Amino acid sequence: MYQYTDFDRHFVRQRAAQYRDQLERNLRGELSDDAFRPLRLQNGWYIQRYAPMLRVAVPYGEISSRQMRALATIAREYDQPSAHVFDDALAKQAILGTQHLPTGYGHFTTRQNVQFNWIPLDKSADVMDLLASVDMHGIQTSGNCIRNITTDALAGVAVDEIVDPRPYCEILRQWSTLHPEFLHLPRKFKIAVSGTTEDRAAVSWHDVGLHLVKNDAGEVGFKVLVGGGMGRTPIPGTVIREFLPWHQILNFLEAVVRVYNRWGRRDNMYKARIKILVKAEGPRYTEEVEAEYQAIVTHDGAPHTVTQAELDRVSASFVPATHANIASSAPELAAYQVTEGEQPEYQRWLTRNVKPHKNPARRAVTLSFKRLGDAPGDASGHQLATAADLADQFSAGELRVTHEQNLVLPWVRADQLPTLWNATRQAGFARANIGLLTDMIACPGGDFCALANARSLPIAESITERFQDMDELFDIGEIDLHISGCINSCGHHHSGHIGILGVDKDGREWYQVSLGGSDGSTLSGAATPGKVIGPSFAASEVAEVIEALLNTYREHRQSGETFIAAVRRLGLEPFKIAANLARQETGDAGKVVNIHLNSADALVD
Amino acid sequence: MRWSTNLDCETDIMQKTIQLIEASDTSASATDPSTLALANDIDPRTVSLNGITRIDLRFPKFTDGRAYSQAYLLRRRMGFTGELRATGDVLPDQLQLMQRSGFDTAVLCAGQDCAIAERQLTHFERFYQGDAVHTTPLFKATTGASA
Repeated sequence: MYQYTDFDRHFVRQRAAQYRDQLERNLRGELSDDAFRPLRLQNGWYIQRYAPMLRVAVPYGEISSRQMRALATIAREYDQPSAHVFDDALAKQAILGTQHLPTGYGHFTTRQNVQFNWIPLDKSADVMDLLASVDMHGIQTSGNCIRNITTDALAGVAVDEIVDPRPYCEILRQWSTLHPEFLHLPRKFKIAVSGTTEDRAAVSWHDVGLHLVKNDAGEVGFKVLVGGGMGRTPIPGTVIREFLPWHQILNFLEAVVRVYNRWGRRDNMYKARIKILVKAEGPRYTEEVEAEYQAIVTHDGAPHTVTQAELDRVSASFVPATHANIASSAPELAAYQVTEGEQPEYQRWLTRNVKPHKNPARRAVTLSFKRLGDAPGDASGHQLATAADLADQFSAGELRVTHEQNLVLPWVRADQLPTLWNATRQAGFARANIGLLTDMIACPGGDFCALANARSLPIAESITERFQDMDELFDIGEIDLHISGCINSCGHHHSGHIGILGVDKDGREWYQVSLGGSDGSTLSGAATPGKVIGPSFAASEVAEVIEALLNTYREHRQSGETFIAAVRRLGLEPFKIAANLARQETGDAGKVVNIHLNSADALVD
Repeated sequence: MRWSTNLDCETDIMQKTIQLIEASDTSASATDPSTLALANDIDPRTVSLNGITRIDLRFPKFTDGRAYSQAYLLRRRMGFTGELRATGDVLPDQLQLMQRSGFDTAVLCAGQDCAIAERQLTHFERFYQGDAVHTTPLFKATTGASA
């Protein structure tokens, strides 16, 4: 993975020192809350429902065991609210029905970052120092700026890789870090990069989506998409360049972002994303970007043309793990023999959690953080530390955070798979559900997030609970279930084959269900938002509705047909009918219970 | 107008070039014909700069970043060498961005402490990307790129 230079290291320390100064000025009353807000946001600090939330950047999802241990320390030592804060949160959430709020946890996000929910603000600068000590930070994980760049969790090891995206991601990271012109954009700005034939990074759903490709001459370049996004107006990105030579990427993105910064709407935050500008202006946007790009190249002298030397310098960090270069600090575990009785379970794990690798002697293994009792993507401090140990023992000390909220060990030796399986089983990460129904994506929702209109986690839990039978999960097959607690769509409900969106209506939590969304993968088809299948459901009905949808699929499917393929073939109607039959509460016009998240109109981060 | 007296930042590696002006009634508006106040929705490339020695770019809110792009275009694209002045909601923590985008003066919001503002220019010695002032990105710099 990328190795920090002295400059990089010094830079994040300076950033941590700058943040400490800002925090102290705020606490002394010298920096108003309003002026501090964008500054803390651009370091990853939100103020949520009950406590601050920290979003730590994991650039393009790649993280070392040493860094993961620092996150474990943060979970254990800092993700601890005061009794007053915690009791207040518990009392208020209990009114909604939430009985348990985990503390001492990290949370993997859909943008490959890691969040913490309870760190007191007066300790936030200490946490930034701790992060800087392991080459980490929260720079631009929030705010109206260029956010963490995401990519395929299998980058550098995927068998279908055309170009390893990681060096380009790192070059983009450095260029976008504290870019003076682009820290106060109309709205947040997300970039995703994919270097494979399969799109595992939901590239079309980003403000800028980049596909690394090779032209007929074998030269590397980018296919550039602009204006994708979810939220209130879900739109997949538009291709504005079929082939941009790789060394021009920064000059071109400078044009893309400058045109947006100048002309993106600032009068209405719901219309401020670049997708609205691209949609409103159509080809004029592309013409403007091309003209600006030409001016950058011809007039400004293309100052950010990436040199081969720089690409080589950055690429040199991303060396494949081999027997020779893996640090042997971790003792090799005794080889585990899978017993005959364990074979079915082991085979399932091999099928779902183990992916092929560029190196035929290695595998990429997903640790499942989708299990009953914990929220999707949640990991306790102990579990984070265990994952770090597994990375040292099996994966050259490296892990990836996936946008599906799991971890991947990218360098596992094929001959160590049985031993790793046994170790992950003991750790509780061996659930063989990757890509299946219970490998759902869910945002933190109304239990933590101040933006949420409804809670996501109880919905995720009720579905997980109902679908515990592995035979049933395997029979249902590959399916993307995505849950968001509000229209901001952090849980990517628009791109789910089944999407669940929490809404606030009549002072109550309700859930809209949509069908047929796609993230742009081969399984799911071209990126498209799902379609809502009717009036919202009550929380108590959602799991029932999901079961009804899946039963409809199983009734009507053809041999080998996936859920999403069946939805496309059959249309929404049979699913709608089945879902409506599952209405209990809402079938009877609904009882209005006068409890409410009180968040819809609040001024929030 | 009153110039800040605490301007001695010569010792910093990153040269402080932006001059801070404390807010006062006289600095609020420009009446001199050689001074141009450019609204955020004006494309600087459509404006004649003949005889203009000072351009004021306004930040209606400190979170509104259009003036950074305008400043970049004026400096780098149009070669404007006169004074580029930041007005409006100018706060200490954005000064470094303004300096890097090509502003050479900034009228601090009322009630802001000049000393605190000066200190915000000293947190970083170098940055990754080129800007309107230092056009060369770190990776092309002859020293320090990968030290």
